Amino acid sequence: MIDLVSTVLIAAGILFFAFGVVGLLRFPDFYTRLHAAGKSDSLGSVLIVTGFALYSLKTLSAPAVLVAIKIFFIALFIFIASPTATHAITQTAMSVGVKPWEKGEKRR
Amino acid sequence: MAKIATFAVMIVFWLVLSGMFDAFHTSLGLFCALLVAQFGHNLLFFSGNPRTWTVVFFGMVLYLPSLFWEILLANLQVAYIACHPRMLELIDPQVIRFRTKLRTRVSRVALGQSITLTPGTITVDIRDDEFTVYALTRSAARGCPGAMEERIGKIVERPLR
Repeated sequence: MIDLVSTVLIAAGILFFAFGVVGLLRFPDFYTRLHAAGKSDSLGSVLIVTGFALYSLKTLSAPAVLVAIKIFFIALFIFIASPTATHAITQTAMSVGVKPWEKGEKRR
Repeated sequence: MAKIATFAVMIVFWLVLSGMFDAFHTSLGLFCALLVAQFGHNLLFFSGNPRTWTVVFFGMVLYLPSLFWEILLANLQVAYIACHPRMLELIDPQVIRFRTKLRTRVSRVALGQSITLTPGTITVDIRDDEFTVYALTRSAARGCPGAMEERIGKIVERPLR
């Protein structure tokens, strides 16, 4: 049962990463690609990490619980670090004058 | 007070990560936690008031579920746009500016991070109370800052006044 749930979670996470890659390839410019690259990860990685943690909790022992807690720390740090990095890249691009794509232009 | 709190957080974090509770590894952890508490106590607990930490901490815990729900909805929307055959007609990127009602630094940072985490919008800059946000679609731009600002204000900021 736990096997099944964690497999579904990991598969869903991979699916969201795949959507992120599709967006990365199809979106027209730097900023819109950042949307796809930096953030489909937020949900995808949390789903995958939850799947891992559940799988490790299959045997309810002290080391397994510790491993699960560590895995959730990874998710927490991704949640803090990922938007910060996206924000830093966007702000730098704006300040050096990378022009955003506008409707009607060709993709770059 | 901030030193003691930093030390407690650091030693718990060390014990969870190391997973070994013998004298050698625990004493190493004690030493490192002491060093961090001595030199870094004003980084984690930047405000001197213990009540502020507790309100902010539990506020963030209460806020997480609704943030996660927003992330789920917004991720589905961006996945839909990315896979849409006529994607270039759906997206209409724009830069918007708005003023926030949030007063404290913590809640402004939380709002900025939430806006960036929910796909479709990126916080470019926060200057005082003015947010600059880059939005992927017109509807994402209209929905910003939306319900998240209200929630952060209700959970984190109101108890602090």
